Amino acid sequence: MSSHESTHPDAPVVYEQFEDIGQQQETYVLGMWSFLVNETMFFAPLFFVYGLYTWKHHADFYLAHALLDWRIGGINTFILLMSSFAVALSVHYAQKGRTRAQLNCLWFTIACAAAFIWIKLQFEWIPKISHGVFPNPEFIQNYPHYAMEHGVPAADPYKARLYYSLYFAITGLHALHVAIGIIVFLALIYLIKKKSSLITDYIPTEMVGLYWHFVDLVWIFLYPLFYLMPRP
Amino acid sequence: MSATVVDKTQEEGLHEPHPKKNYLTADHTIKSWLLTVDHKRIAVLYLISTTFFFFLGSIAAAFIRAELTNPMGTLLTSETYNKMFSAHGIIMVFFFLVAVIPGVLGNFLLPIMVGARDLAFPRLNLLSWYVFMAGGTCFVIALMMGGVDAGWTFYTPLSSLYSNTPITLALVGVFFAGFASIFTGLNFIATVHKMRAPGMTWFRMPLFVWGQYATGVIMILGTPVIAITLLMVAIERMFKIGIFSPELGGDPVLFQHLFWFYSHPAVYIMLLPGMAVISELMACFSRRPVFGYKFVAFSSIGIAALSFLVWGHHMFVSSQSVLQGIVFSLISFLVAVPSAIKVFNWALTMWKGSVHFTTPMIYALGFLGLFVVGGLTGLYLAAIDTDVHLTGTYFVVAHFHYVMVGGTIMAFLGGLHFWWPKMFGRMYSEFWGKLSAIIVFVGFNFTFFPQFILGYLGMPRRYHYYYFAPEWQVYHVLSSAGSTVLGIGFLMPAFYLTASLINGKRAGRNPWGAKGLEWEHADSPPVTLNFDKPVVVTGPVYDYDAEKDSEMIRAGQRLVDMVKGEEEK
Ligand code: HEM
Ligand SMILES: [Cu+2]
Repeated sequence: MSSHESTHPDAPVVYEQFEDIGQQQETYVLGMWSFLVNETMFFAPLFFVYGLYTWKHHADFYLAHALLDWRIGGINTFILLMSSFAVALSVHYAQKGRTRAQLNCLWFTIACAAAFIWIKLQFEWIPKISHGVFPNPEFIQNYPHYAMEHGVPAADPYKARLYYSLYFAITGLHALHVAIGIIVFLALIYLIKKKSSLITDYIPTEMVGLYWHFVDLVWIFLYPLFYLMPRP
Repeated sequence: MSATVVDKTQEEGLHEPHPKKNYLTADHTIKSWLLTVDHKRIAVLYLISTTFFFFLGSIAAAFIRAELTNPMGTLLTSETYNKMFSAHGIIMVFFFLVAVIPGVLGNFLLPIMVGARDLAFPRLNLLSWYVFMAGGTCFVIALMMGGVDAGWTFYTPLSSLYSNTPITLALVGVFFAGFASIFTGLNFIATVHKMRAPGMTWFRMPLFVWGQYATGVIMILGTPVIAITLLMVAIERMFKIGIFSPELGGDPVLFQHLFWFYSHPAVYIMLLPGMAVISELMACFSRRPVFGYKFVAFSSIGIAALSFLVWGHHMFVSSQSVLQGIVFSLISFLVAVPSAIKVFNWALTMWKGSVHFTTPMIYALGFLGLFVVGGLTGLYLAAIDTDVHLTGTYFVVAHFHYVMVGGTIMAFLGGLHFWWPKMFGRMYSEFWGKLSAIIVFVGFNFTFFPQFILGYLGMPRRYHYYYFAPEWQVYHVLSSAGSTVLGIGFLMPAFYLTASLINGKRAGRNPWGAKGLEWEHADSPPVTLNFDKPVVVTGPVYDYDAEKDSEMIRAGQRLVDMVKGEEEK
């Protein structure tokens, strides 16, 4: 580790409500974990509802799911895993005070996140939305055509609509989390570069990293549930 | 609680020629209030806004009670009546009860009670208030657009398909309010875990802190569930997809499951903070440590845990299976156990204590009476065979008002009167305080006790006429008359508490002779970072001594008698 890379030669800032840096760091990390518990409960009902309806309409959901491309989902899974790895590295470098390496990792993460969203839009959402296959009143007419074009047998359109409503709701909420992640990463990079007094130790990076791992984990559950459905 | 660092100069700070700045006088600009990160100022912001929402909700209640004085229900149309009780329920639950004790008393006291200079995340705390206000604004706009009519429970498919009122906006409002409460909960959890002063062990924490902590846990586990559920309703409403609406292939009972998965725990988000306040009042005004401290502390955690397992008792008649019903019924009975533990321990605290009937204590005693009635009637509703008759009637309405108004609001008012001198440094008139406590108690019983009878006789909830049974009118009129008394009781504190700010006696540090860091180590009102010196706790919590206290009172009385005797000679 070369000393000129270290962002903050000074001791980290301790906010006035804390006694010392140790307490501050522990508190922030605990706060983040509590927030992730909250986030888990935020996603849980969606997964519960999806699980329930998959169990109830398994055959139709299976047919409906044929329009999702597991390869694209797989690529996105891979991209997110890479990004998580990069975030873990950036936390490591932040702890070591190697700011340049840390920033590079963060940029790589942002690139992955952007690629994820781009792939999602370009190959999944936009084709479906442009054919009217998203929750809207004409879904019932549009869906069978779209399925025929793709050469897959159509499900009961009402069930398919439920499937795609949940698909858009859950992947949409997840993509929203990814987008928020990008914004937070950019803000983090900006503040680090500015040598802001808000960021004087590795904890902000660690917190954002925890958040990012959570977003990644949601996808790890989401991918098999939507893309790799077992035959009924 | 006793602590080693007793700083004499602070005690005398009151008489200094240049009064020390406190959190209220630290800065006077509007901006300093709107951008404050001081937990005490945020508490004051919450106090002002929840009072406003309480007032708004009460107006709706007044219309409901006026309508029901007449069996024909001629004052309001059916639609208006539906909007009235929806506005009343939504405001009172989501914009008042859930926020009031954590937002006001919790924010103000929790850091001081654990010996911290602020909550763990002061900016998040300010954000919480803004999000709360954003939610409130959404709902007020929905009201101005004509109001919503689906009730506070937002049952589908009415809320998601049929209602022609601005439900989506109302849902967004509730969603925001939910996130405000999540942020508060996060802050409480982190503060209790990590910000305790040296020596402040878990079992030296006041029970108030235990209660707020348990509430925080429910907030972060339960509130996100309602948030996402209401979002699903909004999506269903906007895009006409069938998650909850049977016409579209959805399942309305699924909505009820998700709704009550949050909303039963939510009743404890409303009640646990109230119980937390009562423990403090009981200890102070009985001059005794709370009996069975650990039982009371763990009963909060027990209630928080059990509260997640009983939601099905709201759905006995909603097509859930008999087995489910039986299981939910049995677990619901279990919830009564930790609640009863608290009640018995409070009673035992007063027993052999020297009870002082101050205003806060009268509120606390009122709480005890009303909560016991509310809790016991909960058992009738938790038993399937009686609930099948009572569900959807005024019996349920009476039950939850006894617990939510009789429990939470009595506790809040008790707590507000107890800590008012601490928050604003002034004493209010004890006479008016006691009078209002008694009026509220009497008015409350007149308002809601008749509703038990009405419900038992079969008066359905959410109806605005009962021409088919005009003999019920007497109970309704009794109830409406009682609600007027209750309203007066609630209005009185607004006047004499405000007056106390202007001409109240200065309170001094510890007007009640209470134990606890907030009384023994912080000024009234406290300085911006709460304490002048870092706090180190060395003694147990509730270090009261009833023997000594009553001994001193008796000694004092003997002295007075002696002097009188001398004079008479
Ligand atoms: C001893 C503990 C309690 C038990 C066993 C209990 C039981 C019940 C049951 C079974 C119901 C459903 C009645 C029905 O819809 O047919 C109910 C309704 C209700 N309870 Fe409780 N309860 C208890 C304590 C509380 C507390 C402490 C609160 C609030 C602070 C509360 C608030 C409510 C509310 C708001 C409702 C009505 C919800 C609605 O339908 O709008 N309960 N209670
Ligand atoms: Cu319940």
